[in-house]
Amino acid sequence: MLKILKYSFYDLIRSRWSYVYLLFYLLLGFVLLFLNNDLSKAVITLMNVIIILVPLIGTIFGVMYYYNSKEFTELLLAQPIKRSSIFIGQYLGVALSLSMSLIIGLGLPFVFYGLFQSNTIWEFSLLLITGTFLTLIFTALAFNIALYNQNKIKGFSYAILLWLFLAVIYDGLFLMSLIIFESYPLDKFSIGATLFNPIDLSRILILLKLDISALMGYTGAVFQKFFGTNQGVVLAIVALLIWVFLPTYNIHRKSKKKDF
Amino acid sequence: MFLARNLLCILFFSVVVPLRGQVIEVCSSCKAKTIKKGIALASELDTVLVKKGIYKEYNLVIDKPLTLIGENYPTVDGERKGEIIKVKSDNVTVDGLFIINVGTSYTEDYAAVRVIKSKNFLIQNLVLEKLFFGIYLEKSRDGRVFHNKIIGDAIEEYNSGNGIQLWYSHNVVVENNIITHVRDGIYLEFANDCTIKSNISSDNLRYGLHFMFSNDDLYQDNLFENNGAGVAVMFSKRIKMYKNTFKENWGTASYGLLLKEINDAEIRGNIFKENTVGISIEGSNRIVYEKNNFIKNGWAIKVRGACYTNTYVNNNFLYNSFDISYNSKLNDNTFDQNYWSGYTGYDLNKDGIGDVPYRPVKLFSYIVNRTPETIILMRSLFIDIIDFSEKVSPVFTPDNLLDNYPLMKKHL
Repeated sequence: MLKILKYSFYDLIRSRWSYVYLLFYLLLGFVLLFLNNDLSKAVITLMNVIIILVPLIGTIFGVMYYYNSKEFTELLLAQPIKRSSIFIGQYLGVALSLSMSLIIGLGLPFVFYGLFQSNTIWEFSLLLITGTFLTLIFTALAFNIALYNQNKIKGFSYAILLWLFLAVIYDGLFLMSLIIFESYPLDKFSIGATLFNPIDLSRILILLKLDISALMGYTGAVFQKFFGTNQGVVLAIVALLIWVFLPTYNIHRKSKKKDF
Repeated sequence: MFLARNLLCILFFSVVVPLRGQVIEVCSSCKAKTIKKGIALASELDTVLVKKGIYKEYNLVIDKPLTLIGENYPTVDGERKGEIIKVKSDNVTVDGLFIINVGTSYTEDYAAVRVIKSKNFLIQNLVLEKLFFGIYLEKSRDGRVFHNKIIGDAIEEYNSGNGIQLWYSHNVVVENNIITHVRDGIYLEFANDCTIKSNISSDNLRYGLHFMFSNDDLYQDNLFENNGAGVAVMFSKRIKMYKNTFKENWGTASYGLLLKEINDAEIRGNIFKENTVGISIEGSNRIVYEKNNFIKNGWAIKVRGACYTNTYVNNNFLYNSFDISYNSKLNDNTFDQNYWSGYTGYDLNKDGIGDVPYRPVKLFSYIVNRTPETIILMRSLFIDIIDFSEKVSPVFTPDNLLDNYPLMKKHL
């Protein structure tokens, strides 16, 4: 598995797209800091970018890589290698190279602008951690979609639909249900509904750092406990880990049974 | 010659008159072994000098113009039996004492120092600990409370007292005091023309500073940090609030500043930082908000209703989760030339003023007002989309609530 991981990783690192991705983040970081001159405002803007763009790029890249390297995968399958290690290796190769571009691309400009001297370092590292989580989760989801769909076009559209659903539609439905059932106690429901969407989860994780003063304004014991203590952070991180684990496990399961 | 005589006269009076009073020393080996004895021995305008030591006394009544001074902070221990010092005369100075263990009572407000119906008093350099009420000014006027340190141990609101309380007391200056862990740091009730300056009021159970039915007061350069709520101004007129700092007042019913039934106040140059609600306003009219900084609050300003003809000019709204929240569609307040960190407009003619008006009330703040649980969706892409569509054509938020001249750069 490690060999395949290494191969995919190096393959991707040499490819043009990782450079484009890396350059994009570098540019974004520098432009943001250049325009704002204020780390804390830049962190807020970056949060929006990370929550929307990272999942999108993760899904598209994952699906694309799977379909592109299909012939090579078939070649590998003819060799005496465990199937799961081929796919998990490829998955990790893509996910890790994407995360690396993210961390280096965003990290460099901020380090140049004196991140280590500023007090936003925790918020910033949290951003990078959630970004990495989102990359891992959405690449895994993309691999799942690709494994289930032979048809490239279908796979792509499902991947984009998945992103659209989790990034926008889910929150819309969530908001509607909150407003429709506003006369019922909704604390537990709303926290529960957040756990079922990795994008919402990462958003909450960052909110806990950025907007804690607003979150404390809501009078609900469950919210108070969730937001006011470290419980919220721990729960969100555990949920994110589960979100990484489940799709990865499904890659492992599906790849064993799949016909090629 | 005439001038010289006059000068001599002035010299004579300025040197000799204060010396007219005698100094009565209180210590374990002196003639007066207790402060009570010292006060009894003193005649008008004398000085009672308390040497270092521990004096277990309470109910000390000062009923003549005296100066009561402690040397090296002698301890006056009330042993929780009742009130400790009562001032009942004009021109009294209490200085440099360490007072602990004031009694707790549910029928009487025992205080470490109580001033009753007196004028020209000076209470300074006191350290108060383990107290019920700290300094209680009752129907007194023209005095000064300066440089005291009040450290309470309040846990519950119902059985704790206030640090400095002014009741029917006018023209008093409260300056450079440090007050922590009491119910209300400073409480003014029916107190007019007072000045509250450069105090630090932190970690109090209820309010850092509390006004009730008090008019024409000024408070400035104070710091209010981590209180139940920073400052509550209620049912008062013409209060001036300048250059104070309101910090980290967090909680479900927590505000930096709470205004309720306030008219004609001026709020200038204050800093509101990281509060759940910067200013919560209810039934307040003709208030001027100028050059304040609202930094990283949950809600910078929460308008709850019945607020008319207020003006907001040259304020900085920086990175608040919500800038303004309104619970009605009606707006009679003016927003002009403020800096909003959320402003996305442009300035083509480069006059420093944005060409597109800014709408400080977002649809999302309206939704959160209605269904508070939706706060969990803050900063979601979906929320940004509906906020944007509301910005383009306002339906739920007051459509005339605009800053027509938003600043492009922070007002310094």
